[in-house]
Amino acid sequence: MPYGPHTEADRAKMLAALGIDAVDELFSDIPAALRATGLRLPAPEPELELSARLAALAGRNRTDLAAFLGAGVYRHWTPAAVDQILLRGEWYTAYTPYQPEVSQGTLQSIYEYESLIAELTGLDVVSASHYDGAAATAEAALMACRQTRRKRVLVSHAVHPHYRQTLATYFEAGLEFDEVPVVPDGDAAGTVDLAALERLLADPERPVAGVLAAQPNFYGLLEPMAQIGELAHAAGALFVAVVEPVSLAVLAPPGAYGADIAAGEGQPLGIAPQYGGPYLGLLACTEALVRQIPGRLVGMTTDLDGKRAYVMTLRAREQDIRRDRAASNICTNQALLALAASVYLATIGPHGLRDVAALGAVRAAELEAALAAVGAPRLHPGPYLNEFAVRVPDARAVHRRLLGLGVLGGLVLADIEPDDPALADALLVCATEVTTAEEISRFAAALEDAIGRSPVGADARSGSDGRGAGLRTTPAGVGRR
Amino acid sequence: MGVVGEKLQPTLFERSRPGRGEGKIPHPPADALDRIPASARRATPPALPELNEPEVVRHYVNLSQLNFAIDTGFYPLGSCTMKFNPKLNEWAARLPGFASLHPLSPDEVAQGTLELLWRLEQALAEIGGMQAVTLQPAAGAQGELTGILMIRAYHRSRGDTERLDVLVPDSSHGTNPATATMAGFRTVTIPSAADGGVDVDAFRAALGPRTAAVMITNPSTLGLFEKRIGELLDAVHEAGALAYMDGANLNAIMGRFKPGEAGFDVMHFNVHKTFSTPHGGGGPGAGPVGVGEKLLPFLPSPRVLREGDGTFRLERPGERPESIGRMRSFVGNTGVLVRAYAYICAHGGSGLEQVSEDAVLAANYLKRRVGEAYEIPYDRACKHEFVASAAGMKKRTGVRTLDIAKRLIDYGFHPPTIYFPLIVEEGMLIEPTETESVETLDAFADALIAIAAEAETDPGLVTGAPHTAPVRRLDEATAARQPNLRWRPMTGRQMPCPD
Repeated sequence: MPYGPHTEADRAKMLAALGIDAVDELFSDIPAALRATGLRLPAPEPELELSARLAALAGRNRTDLAAFLGAGVYRHWTPAAVDQILLRGEWYTAYTPYQPEVSQGTLQSIYEYESLIAELTGLDVVSASHYDGAAATAEAALMACRQTRRKRVLVSHAVHPHYRQTLATYFEAGLEFDEVPVVPDGDAAGTVDLAALERLLADPERPVAGVLAAQPNFYGLLEPMAQIGELAHAAGALFVAVVEPVSLAVLAPPGAYGADIAAGEGQPLGIAPQYGGPYLGLLACTEALVRQIPGRLVGMTTDLDGKRAYVMTLRAREQDIRRDRAASNICTNQALLALAASVYLATIGPHGLRDVAALGAVRAAELEAALAAVGAPRLHPGPYLNEFAVRVPDARAVHRRLLGLGVLGGLVLADIEPDDPALADALLVCATEVTTAEEISRFAAALEDAIGRSPVGADARSGSDGRGAGLRTTPAGVGRR
Repeated sequence: MGVVGEKLQPTLFERSRPGRGEGKIPHPPADALDRIPASARRATPPALPELNEPEVVRHYVNLSQLNFAIDTGFYPLGSCTMKFNPKLNEWAARLPGFASLHPLSPDEVAQGTLELLWRLEQALAEIGGMQAVTLQPAAGAQGELTGILMIRAYHRSRGDTERLDVLVPDSSHGTNPATATMAGFRTVTIPSAADGGVDVDAFRAALGPRTAAVMITNPSTLGLFEKRIGELLDAVHEAGALAYMDGANLNAIMGRFKPGEAGFDVMHFNVHKTFSTPHGGGGPGAGPVGVGEKLLPFLPSPRVLREGDGTFRLERPGERPESIGRMRSFVGNTGVLVRAYAYICAHGGSGLEQVSEDAVLAANYLKRRVGEAYEIPYDRACKHEFVASAAGMKKRTGVRTLDIAKRLIDYGFHPPTIYFPLIVEEGMLIEPTETESVETLDAFADALIAIAAEAETDPGLVTGAPHTAPVRRLDEATAARQPNLRWRPMTGRQMPCPD
């Protein structure tokens, strides 16, 4: 066994102390009829061979692509200090710091994380982390239901589809939600339809606990968050902002536009994409909601000598104390990832974070221009930060051709939202501070090539003003820069 | 004998000085954000701390040293399976091919990771005796919710909508009843039998047409194998309910008991326990869920599929309409799962069997040693962990289990889990795991025995512990009454910085 210390002599010593001959005797309480006869798994793989095989497996993933894929997970540059700190074994502790006297490192780091995210969101109470943006969003919706004692939430159709699907799963057990449609065309195309929201809020039979909208939204567009919040509050509902943390260096924080709860995905703060996780569910709320927030909270206090110290607090919300009356079943959180986010923020600082956000915006504008020039105009006209959708004829086929040309051309929106006709033939693309001018040219050249080889695209490019077969009418202003 | 560092740290915010820490990111042009409407812009920059890298590194290295960790000492925290976290696994998860892979990458870009995930599913299915496994749940508690939602979907698919009860024993993890509530069920708590096991007769009496599921942890949270598990499973199925197995204690039984083959319909795995992925002061974990035949159609989506030509792909949206849907974004905590896969491969089938044998042998040996000075309320062969009690000592000396736990810190050990399960008076749940040597087990037992003697001769020494930790016992009452949950400059005046 690769990591066990026991020699045959050690085992013999322990067996002798127990007065038994074989370890089998310790398993005699398993009923004979239910005993398994070993594991049909391969033989142990020595580390020398295993490491080579793992490296070969990793090598089968393609990392050579110029990548413009975001859609909730973003490539960023991470200072080397982040992973060096994370590799320290002292952080590998139990998942509950039950003994605060020997857990002050973890506890203070969580308190600092809470403080950092409070600064970014403008909300005072921050949970020690949740699984990911989707689970945090679902928990935020559940919080709204508990606080208002209402059973229905409204979620914008432009919240990440995975978050909406997760919410649907969490709400299966007796809560309801309706989607707020987005404006179909015009200047506000792709953002929350405020008139529809007002109508959905007006149903006296089905009062609304919370309204959820994302900033930037799934299509990268900026939403009128203050107005959405006002409508929600006027109907007695809470307002939940689903946010992206790097953008909060430059965009108004949820606390400034009246959000009661902020939820989001913390991955952009120094956490690698690693095919889905572990990530960092951000969850923050106003002080008024402190007893409804699920998950761990760490507070500052003193020890018996009056020395400053940190401890888990308000634990009566949690499952190990309250059992079936707990605020959530959450137990494990993502503390190592919260640590990564804290080290990231501490290392690049407020100016660095602003520069990351602003550079992404600059690169994205360059990307928009380059793609428009080869026949892929924006799908929506409204302002965006660093991610946007472009209209591409025969998007799925084009996307596949791009791969062959070494470009991961964003996300085929129809792959993630197959039932939304507004998103047929569109790619969602993003740029960040790591996107280079060379990658943008490569994408544009490849796209021109790929569209040129598409029958629909060739038609579109030959001057029929972009309205290829099966495409929606172009809203006014598409492609402006 | 201090086991952790002593240098308490000021907060990042107190270390901050305006103007420090520039230069890592190039400056964008001044007009970079001009196209963002003013109404959407932030009026004032966030007051994040400004530090240079050496200060940040020193801050976190010093903080890290305030922790007791599995890499610094023995951590017999019952129910948490604090085994060694192999370093190879950290290396593997950081391989650029794994770490930089975007979760929405087309399948053809992600073949290496998809193959790894598929192979991990197969291995877990074999270990659990299950038909199939989903890797999506982010943690054990989310695995429980996944399992219970599948059970709900199963009953509904049969038009059986009256099953609203979930039965749990009183020794269960708090996540079990909390999960049942989240899934819209009512929890019915069944007291344990006198021998610490599930009370099969009490379960039988509570089972009926309203029972949706029974949630069982086996071995139990007392570290005992449920000897009557076969009878119980039969009774559950006779009543038309399904059986959920909380796999938190799987480390005891690999290769010797396969829950699926024994009749459990669904179980979760805590890869951050059994398969050594680091906990990190709260996570991350991963909670894959295995199911038998009945629940197969309801598994969350997307699953990882192997095509006839040997390539791998993810299920597409809507491909399996009976699925309960999505538990979270993307595929799962893949970085955690890479580590678990490496662990399973390094051990192989025979190694995992040895893990369980050694974990059980070590626990029984330690139980025997600890029994020299403490009560062992359920004194039969335990599995990977056992409960000791200081109830007698408390009566004689006033020294409580909490005090013993704090005193263990002075001896250089992390305390066991205390006061859990709730059904044992002054209980300590002790789980040594298979990666601790006999010398370590003996040293820990000797410390507990020495503390028992101190309790008789010098109880103040024990009740005043810890004496060597960076801080003494904490004022938890004020922390809850006047919560200070984020840094504000005035905090520094109220609670001065330690250095």
